[in-house]
Amino acid sequence: MNNLFVYIETEGGKVADVSLELLTKGRELATELGVKLEAVVIGDGIAGVAPELAKYGADTVWIAEGAELSPYRTLPHAAILCGLIDAEKPQICLMGATPVGRDLGPRVSSAMHSGLTADCTSLVIGDHKDAKSGKEYGQLLYQIRPAFGGNIIATIINPDCRPQMATVREGVMKKEYAAVTGAGEVKKVDWQKMTRAEDFVVKIIERHIEERKINIKNAPIIIAGGYGMGSKENFKLCFDLAETLGGEVGASRAAVDAGFCEHARQIGQTGVTVRPKLYIACGISGQIQHTAGMEDSAMIIAITDDPEAPINKIADYTIVGDVNEVIPRMIKSYKQNSK
Amino acid sequence: MKEIFKIVVLAKQVPDTRNVGKDAMTPEGTVNRAALPAIFNPEDLNALEAALRIKDTFPGSTVTVLSMGPHRAAEVIRDAMFRGADGGVLLTDRKFAGADTLATSYALSCAAKKLAPDMIIAGRQAIDGDTAQVGAQVAEKLGWPQVTYAEEILGLEGGKMTIKRRLENGIEVVESPLPVVVTVNGSAADCRPQNARRIMKYKHALIPTEAAACPGTLSAELSAKHDYLQIVEWGADAVDPDPSQLGLEGSPTKVKKIENVVFQIKESKCLSCSDDEINTLITELIETHTIG
Repeated sequence: MNNLFVYIETEGGKVADVSLELLTKGRELATELGVKLEAVVIGDGIAGVAPELAKYGADTVWIAEGAELSPYRTLPHAAILCGLIDAEKPQICLMGATPVGRDLGPRVSSAMHSGLTADCTSLVIGDHKDAKSGKEYGQLLYQIRPAFGGNIIATIINPDCRPQMATVREGVMKKEYAAVTGAGEVKKVDWQKMTRAEDFVVKIIERHIEERKINIKNAPIIIAGGYGMGSKENFKLCFDLAETLGGEVGASRAAVDAGFCEHARQIGQTGVTVRPKLYIACGISGQIQHTAGMEDSAMIIAITDDPEAPINKIADYTIVGDVNEVIPRMIKSYKQNSK
Repeated sequence: MKEIFKIVVLAKQVPDTRNVGKDAMTPEGTVNRAALPAIFNPEDLNALEAALRIKDTFPGSTVTVLSMGPHRAAEVIRDAMFRGADGGVLLTDRKFAGADTLATSYALSCAAKKLAPDMIIAGRQAIDGDTAQVGAQVAEKLGWPQVTYAEEILGLEGGKMTIKRRLENGIEVVESPLPVVVTVNGSAADCRPQNARRIMKYKHALIPTEAAACPGTLSAELSAKHDYLQIVEWGADAVDPDPSQLGLEGSPTKVKKIENVVFQIKESKCLSCSDDEINTLITELIETHTIG
């Protein structure tokens, strides 16, 4: 009762990184609250995941296993998660802001009549006093996220409804083994009692899921291009510089929306969060939507023609000039000096 | 048997947060909504196209746009009519104000029950919140299945819809019985443009509040005369809701705090784009083993 749930996403029996990141965060929050960290795994061929989840601090591992439960389908997974929430009354339920979590989360929040905050960038425990009623609440989950296109940061709370639900994108939280391995006590879920025949009406006819080809999350050097690159043609300069320096190419949302490059490279609140040792932002103004996904980079170089661009405030170096001139000069300089 | 479908498209009028200019924030650091143009939420346009294609394939089907918002949100319904929608319903009432996604979904689901469509098609998410919650929550409130991240409706036969979903790492084709809520990705087909003849026909389509605000004008007169020029306007009472689930009161999430974005200012060095300064920087990066 009153514990912290993390919905664990699996693909082919393997746990998704985002779920392990959420366990790491969940462990910290559960310890602060003095409650148990409980992982919920729904799928098939998943019996072996408990020891791994325990390493990330899971005290309990709920396992709902059955051929009908894999691949993920909305209705059975929602029914089982709701059934467990009804029975166990967790105070918090976290899930990845992935196509699965963003499909499941709202369905469950609606069924439970509880609030759900999407794409949180920070989760903190804190108190609250309602200004109108004067009612005081202890140890709520502060769900913190950029809003309004990233121009403001909002702290959202669910004072009265449980569980307090939040989704978090992959890469936003750090993934670390817990200081003390959790008990990882496996509890089988009697899921057949929680589902009805109607929950299986949607059929999956075909499915092609590929391993991600572009992996900017773990790249040590990232060259990111923004709308200021001007065109898809000019954007190729980012690839040239990345190739020269041995880095990967990222992009701001504006550049992706403009069709300069594919969505898989998008960095920011609605894309990937990265922490490379070097981040070169080319023609990126630096809206919080973007900086939320890269501000922890060890070194940031901004190339921009606008000396007042917000990105300059978080950059270690700002090169003021036209990206189309600066990037070729950097490539030339590197080739001359690297020998 | 001739098959026809009653389709409801959920559409939202949103501030255009994609092109936030420098004047989008006031000097006090608050959002200057007036500086942001109000637009048809982009993925809702993809949803409208998906619906219009069904109507093309099954003549006699109807596409009704359902939106919730202030009176001016009637603009998106008119826009949809210019592109091919048959009509629309605007849910507008102070009682809806302050709604989070759950209270919004509740209100929309009450209106949807009244419209009783065979399917609801919506954009995956709106660009002002990016939550992607309303479609799925409306489906849950109605007790219907949901298919999110849809890229293309591949078929509609025997009361079942086949849908291609575009996920982050691949695709999935699913089959769902009707009624269903489908939310459509930005990767789906773009919406057809406004049609000149439809603009001439529907530019006088008004909600009653708009008509009342311009008595004696041509638009008001025409709208009063022709049913097809009357956009339906529903207040909360029209959809028989449980009042405790509406607006701010019906919203489990509360905004505790809004902060303006303040960057931690680092000690930043500003360089010119001269060859010399770039050379110095690159050399330093190589020496510190940041690169190379």
